Amino acid sequence: MRDTIIQLVYLASSVLFILGLRSLTKADSARRGMQQAALGMLFAIIATLAQQEIVRYDWIAAGLIIGTIIGIPLGVMVPMTAMPQRIAISHMFGALAATLVGVAEYWLHSTDIGHARMGALGFEVLFGSLTVTGSFMAFGKLQEIITGRPVTYRGQNAVNLTLFAVTIGMFVYLIVEPASPIVFYTMMGLAFLIGIFMVLPIGGADMPVVISLLNSYAGLASSATGFAIGNNVLIIAGALDGASGFILSIIMSKAMNRSFNNILFGAFGTVQAASTKSAAGLSVRAISAEDAAIQLAYAKLVIVVPGYGMAVAQAQHVVRELAELIEKHGGEVKYAIHPVAGRMPGHMNVLLAEADVPYDRLYDMDEINPEFDRADVALVIGANDVVNPAARTDPGSPIYGMPILNADRAQSVIVLKRSMNPGFAGIENELFYNEKTSMLFGDAKSSLSKLVSEVKTV
Amino acid sequence: MTTTSVIQLYVFVLAAFVGYLVITRVPPLLHTPLMSATNAISAISLVGSLVAAGSNRGTVSTVLGFVAVTAATINVVGGFIITDRMLGMFKRGETRKGAAEPSQAPPTKAERSAL
Repeated sequence: MRDTIIQLVYLASSVLFILGLRSLTKADSARRGMQQAALGMLFAIIATLAQQEIVRYDWIAAGLIIGTIIGIPLGVMVPMTAMPQRIAISHMFGALAATLVGVAEYWLHSTDIGHARMGALGFEVLFGSLTVTGSFMAFGKLQEIITGRPVTYRGQNAVNLTLFAVTIGMFVYLIVEPASPIVFYTMMGLAFLIGIFMVLPIGGADMPVVISLLNSYAGLASSATGFAIGNNVLIIAGALDGASGFILSIIMSKAMNRSFNNILFGAFGTVQAASTKSAAGLSVRAISAEDAAIQLAYAKLVIVVPGYGMAVAQAQHVVRELAELIEKHGGEVKYAIHPVAGRMPGHMNVLLAEADVPYDRLYDMDEINPEFDRADVALVIGANDVVNPAARTDPGSPIYGMPILNADRAQSVIVLKRSMNPGFAGIENELFYNEKTSMLFGDAKSSLSKLVSEVKTV
Repeated sequence: MTTTSVIQLYVFVLAAFVGYLVITRVPPLLHTPLMSATNAISAISLVGSLVAAGSNRGTVSTVLGFVAVTAATINVVGGFIITDRMLGMFKRGETRKGAAEPSQAPPTKAERSAL
């Protein structure tokens, strides 16, 4: 009887989770929907504590308390600029939980486990382990503890593929012969290595895809845990997480016009000897804050193109200030958000939302691209590849074919940039040399502040 | 394969379909809260860790379970809090032409950081 009630509570939780995710389709209903999902989580936890198998609560209480103490600041205090890192860390914790449960299960049941369950268990520990180290590496790269440049060495792909093949081989072996602890723990060790080696050669600009993929893997590991311990709500939640991460990675890689293969194994970002158009003989036009301010104040439509540089400079609040001033002068301000701007999906959106920019001013690439033609000014802040016309015109360019924002179609383009150093991709941006473009050099935040004070005087 | 395993497979496949249908409708605007939300939800693996930590089946299981409980709880608590925080930031604007409210927040900070 008790078991039935617990299972029914799990069912209710599953429904609340699905409804919670569905509420994310509309910004207005989203918050309440997710709060309901949180309630579902609470019910599931309480129901589990009532399970017959649980006889001692001391370690549970300790874990819950410590987890809450660590979790609260991670939820309340992390600024939006650090969201990619925080998401990477949470993938790590999620995968860690799945892996450890798998190890505990194996420790207790390696001798009497069936082949199907062993398959689930092996999958859980394999994907869990590689996601733990992979996410930690991603965190390191985002936090810039590890270099953001791709780290490559000769024969790297061969090493990675061999490692992967051996690990899969061990996995298959375990399904056939579950009672092989040495193979199990070695497989886990190798999986940890795979996580490290896979993320090592990936450059900072490709992080949106990697983070989405790790999201997916953490979910799949959780789902496999559900198969292994016979818990349906885990299977469902893991499947939702896995599907979500996977869909996001596909969206991200389409937006970069590169296949998974290329991103994971292609070590983009190394300086390529391909046909990078030389900048010799071309000059850029620099502009002062005063003149830029005049353009902005008299513009009827300004489209802001934010990029990772804006996040780095923590300039989002000043952007909003500037936008409000432009609106006071009777102009309209729209924000063009490229899908891979920033270091994770939706990065720019939360940064601007944190700065109190109303979300109906934020537009996706497909919505905003037609509007550039009638824009008086395109204000490019710390964005580079997403507005590089070479993606349309230069077949030799590494970013050729990538959908971009049509900033070059605006009447005038003002680019905020620290210096003329090439961005992460290491390629020249033709937009900068366009005759409609002027460069406002300097740190984004201070340039914007100057613009704010200048526009006030216009 | 046992019937249980097959049923579990049904559950997985159906959930994956539902996931696909729901998530492809989430606008790019909300992709970040989507990631933190799915993370928080998949921390339901807490449920498995609770059993490992509390069923008294030996030190290894209990200790591993304890660490797993801690990690999963961090994700549950942190994940739902940050998702809620992010979702609270998304506000609609009124279409105002000309009469914007004067911005108060960081003019002094801006002046301080202007070189």
